[in-house]
Amino acid sequence: MVNYLIKRVLVSIFTLWLVATITFFLMYLVPGGPFLAEKTPSAATLEALNRKYGLDQPITVQYKNYMLNLLKGEMGESIKQRGRTVQDIISDGFKVSARVGGLSVLLSVAVGIPLGCIAAINRGKWLDNMIILIATTGVAVPSFVTSTVLMVIFSIKLDLLPTYGLTSWQHYIMPVLALSFYPTAYISRLMRTSMLDVLGQDYMRTARAKGLSQAKSLFKHALRNAVLPVVTYLGPLLAYTLTGSFVVERIFTIPGLGNEFISSIINRDYTMIMGTTIFLAALLIIMNMLVDIAYTIIDPRIKLK
Amino acid sequence: MSDNKKNILSFQLDVSDFLPANEEEKQSLVVMRESVSFWRDGLRRFRKNKIGMASLIVIILIMIFAFVMPEFYPYSYEQQIRGSENLAPMQYSKQELERIANGEKVFPHILGTDSLGRDQMVRVMMGSRISLTVGIVASILVLMIGSIYGTIAGYFGGKVDLIMMRIVDIIYTVPDILIIILLMVTLKYPLKNLADNNPAFSWINTLGVGLICIFIVFSLLYWVGMARIVRSQILSIKEQEFVTAAKALGASHSRIIRKHLLTNAMGTLIATTTLQIPSSIFIESFLSFIGIGVAAPMPSLGSMAALAIDGIYSYPYRLMAPAIMISLIILSFNLLGDALRDAFDPKLKN
Repeated sequence: MVNYLIKRVLVSIFTLWLVATITFFLMYLVPGGPFLAEKTPSAATLEALNRKYGLDQPITVQYKNYMLNLLKGEMGESIKQRGRTVQDIISDGFKVSARVGGLSVLLSVAVGIPLGCIAAINRGKWLDNMIILIATTGVAVPSFVTSTVLMVIFSIKLDLLPTYGLTSWQHYIMPVLALSFYPTAYISRLMRTSMLDVLGQDYMRTARAKGLSQAKSLFKHALRNAVLPVVTYLGPLLAYTLTGSFVVERIFTIPGLGNEFISSIINRDYTMIMGTTIFLAALLIIMNMLVDIAYTIIDPRIKLK
Repeated sequence: MSDNKKNILSFQLDVSDFLPANEEEKQSLVVMRESVSFWRDGLRRFRKNKIGMASLIVIILIMIFAFVMPEFYPYSYEQQIRGSENLAPMQYSKQELERIANGEKVFPHILGTDSLGRDQMVRVMMGSRISLTVGIVASILVLMIGSIYGTIAGYFGGKVDLIMMRIVDIIYTVPDILIIILLMVTLKYPLKNLADNNPAFSWINTLGVGLICIFIVFSLLYWVGMARIVRSQILSIKEQEFVTAAKALGASHSRIIRKHLLTNAMGTLIATTTLQIPSSIFIESFLSFIGIGVAAPMPSLGSMAALAIDGIYSYPYRLMAPAIMISLIILSFNLLGDALRDAFDPKLKN
């Protein structure tokens, strides 16, 4: 286990370095620079700006400098949002996005797992068919559709919920619902399939035969075995949802991290692009590692090698 | 036999039971029936699946809607009709009403027009065309790269497999959306240059730089899932006797891969490719929604939705058609993929 973790961490660091390197060079291949979007500054100003951010040096030197700073834990200052460091922007955005995203993951797990179980237990009955229907449509609707439909119904037609910002609890309802629509449907599908598989296993029959009640056999034996695929899915889901969805954040004007990802690329804000990419990649890697560790806790038969 | 009734307790055997069988009796004992090929077996199972057939019909209808109807439609997707901006569904502008009063026939704007006076109906058709093209072409690219890569890794095994799959693992952990956006922006300009300056590549312009970018990006990133699935299939198939037999007969590696391994993994390949189509469409619509997908004036369902959201307060109905269309396309491909998997790959079921 310890050996495995050490190996895993080393591979992760390598992956992270690779992602950072690829992003760094890709970023400089993008034509245009961070200072061209606004009204074009004079040649002298441009030169001064380039010197300030070290953009006048050859790219290999810039790469070396960036990587050395990164090792010290410094991601530099944002080029576009003057005077704010990348860490500040990321942590501010992350706080907002993680709150919305965390709530939505909680909601989708809390709804998706029971739905999947109910469907599996009532296999072939109308309840099962209803849940399948909801789940199949749920995974077919893109988030921009769900968010706008919610917005049209609850804000424009019924005038019940506020459309933008995040100042009260009512503001959370629509973004959280919109974000959790797809994962809820996906989790209930996953849960149904794996639950059906588990319910057909011999140990379930044994459990019932030795006189365990249905509820007990379900919660003690079936659920624990059936939940593994959902745990696998939760890793990347958490990473992507906590860092915010650009679409949902744009539609509901939430000042989250998802927005920063896209706008940094469109603005050619080099330090921000690097910062956000490394942050997301690291989160993704850590989440996947946690999932693998969670495996061994849920199912002790699984050994990490 | 019936007239000379024998004693129940008698052990005397009935002679007629031991006569040689005639031809008819022999035939009735032959249990062979006409052999059913893999394809026919799968097709038979697929035809029985009502949901699968229904989704196939819906897909065919959408294809007619997207590829055939725009050719006969009286409006074109980039045509800006002066004076007919922001019409509601089935509404006519003043000029058009005058023309109707003069006895001319004016084709109605079934879904209204957008802020530039472009007919929404034909734009939804063209948008569906783009989505379908992206979904199908990208999935075929993913299929080709993923199956070749996965087969090589699975077939040769050992160190080759280890290294190849490590690469897959690494690509798997790369945050895809970010890299896609970065690649899209990076690729756009060199491709545009290439298309404008080199006559051999002018076809890029007819297809659109955005589309080509999407294809390249998908084939760079999304083959990994396919490669994993194909590899696991190949790993189990290659242990079977017919592969050993083919090897013993002296078949070359490429022949074994082509004739034995890939043909036997065909069911999985078909189902996985079909299920790849909706996810490609999903990502394309997302890219167009944030404004870096297909370039204007070419519509995409995603960019139409983005335009509709900008005017959501005044014209909320404009979102309906692209939203329903994209959900319908993704839904029917999902259902078709599930049905194909059940039909051609019964092992995978549940």
